[in-house]
Amino acid sequence: MQTETTYNYKVVRQFAIMAVVWGIVGMLVGVLIAAQLVWPQLNFPQLGEWFHFGRLRPLHTNAVIFAFGGSALFATSYYVVQRTCHTRLFAPGLAAFTFWGWQLVIVLAALSLPLGFTTAKEYAELEWPIDILITLVWVSYAVVFFGTIAKRQVSHIYVANWFYGAFIIAVALLHVVNSAEVPVLAAGILTPKSYSAYAGAQDAMVQWWYGHNAVGFFLTAGFLGMMYYFVPKQAGRPVYSYRLSVVHFWALIFTYMWAGPHHLHYTALPDWTQSLGMIFSLILLAPSWGGMINGIMTLSGAWHKLRDDPILKFLIVSLSFYGMSTFEGPMMSVKTVNALSHYTDWTVGHVHSGALGWVAMVTIGSLYYLIPRLYGKTEMYSRDLVTAHFWIATIGIVLYIASMWISGVMQGLMWRATNPDGTLTYAFVEAVKASYPFWTIRVLGGLLFLTGMLVMAYNVFKTVAGSKPVDAPVLAPAHA
Amino acid sequence: MDIVDQVRIAVTVAGFLCFIGICAWAYSRSAKPGFEEASRLPFLEDDDPVLANDHKEGN
Repeated sequence: MQTETTYNYKVVRQFAIMAVVWGIVGMLVGVLIAAQLVWPQLNFPQLGEWFHFGRLRPLHTNAVIFAFGGSALFATSYYVVQRTCHTRLFAPGLAAFTFWGWQLVIVLAALSLPLGFTTAKEYAELEWPIDILITLVWVSYAVVFFGTIAKRQVSHIYVANWFYGAFIIAVALLHVVNSAEVPVLAAGILTPKSYSAYAGAQDAMVQWWYGHNAVGFFLTAGFLGMMYYFVPKQAGRPVYSYRLSVVHFWALIFTYMWAGPHHLHYTALPDWTQSLGMIFSLILLAPSWGGMINGIMTLSGAWHKLRDDPILKFLIVSLSFYGMSTFEGPMMSVKTVNALSHYTDWTVGHVHSGALGWVAMVTIGSLYYLIPRLYGKTEMYSRDLVTAHFWIATIGIVLYIASMWISGVMQGLMWRATNPDGTLTYAFVEAVKASYPFWTIRVLGGLLFLTGMLVMAYNVFKTVAGSKPVDAPVLAPAHA
Repeated sequence: MDIVDQVRIAVTVAGFLCFIGICAWAYSRSAKPGFEEASRLPFLEDDDPVLANDHKEGN
């Protein structure tokens, strides 16, 4: 039994370790499906339909976003909210339920997606029974998180908790609205299959309102919460401008909700809605860069720390990628640019510059800070391996996104090329053939990133093995 | 115009004014001391795990 005097690190440890495990699983599936595009035999058609690209791709996206990213967000939010509120986590039983419930969601996803149960809504593929479980876990998460904030021992709510809080509330809203669906009754028996409650262009709009806000609140607001705690802690100085953090927080909240239509340019969606989505996507550049500048400038006056601290390297490079992809995103949302980029590998490259460069790098840096402290240590087992991981991962990302940029722009140009008589210059298969070498480079980039994660797993194992889990005592704030 | 449209417009304008208000507040002199206090929150505690260890073994 733990006493009231220590922080609840148990649930943090569980989620932190599982973040590493699910990261490896999700990225392994990613490397496999990238390899399937180069070597189609890897679809293993002789074994059945379960390992086909179409079945495994949603498994990859769900695993890296919700299993890896989700576990990392649970771990860091539970740690940060306790430490900045100077109080033990509220409702430990519910917190334990969020861990086991979330793991169950992940296992059910890993089983149901290859079996072909899907709503076919991107990032919301899971069928209705799993959706209900996600809702229960998420409401429990909100109770634990906001309950902890309610019993805080300090007067202010630190900005990281604002970001985590917005992420929790917005994801609840998005998940419930977009998952409204009607289960199919077959011969009077309820089946796991369902159809969306919305129809036609409205269904598409609800889906991409969800989809882009999943990017905005799950993959941005949550990870900015991580940034606002771990960057100042690792740099040893307060955030560059607290005022800027307040303004860019509210700017993100007010703007992100409108950007979804840029996923539906040149579709049946009304033209004005497309233009509105494009305008708000362009506005989003300002708050996004506000956050990036705030994070990077926190190091101002202490740049030398970047030279020999691999954890800071991870954190600061993640912010650079955040800045890059939040410049690229608004640019791609411009309708004329989108006419070239949409449906090509450019989109895939953009997503991975955000997902590997920003989300994964900031997570890895934060976990390297967090994990030793959960086991009574000041540092990871090997600092050199952290440095090695940093360089392997960075080279992997550069190979991945550069190859996707080239193949994406090339595909866009080939698809739109016409002869003087108006016929298409290239057949679709010619663009596929031309993409082939770049898809091979992508496998290499992904493989490098996965290798970095395996190095991390070894380092984490050596850090954790043989050391006792430590729950730090709740200290009264030095002056508050 | 539809009453629902009126409400939509009102909510949008109210949202925008609310944001302007937040910016004015964030840049006001009165908010500054609170921000400085809040920005030190991660540093009010020492999370050096060696200390935590000693405490644990002392139990």
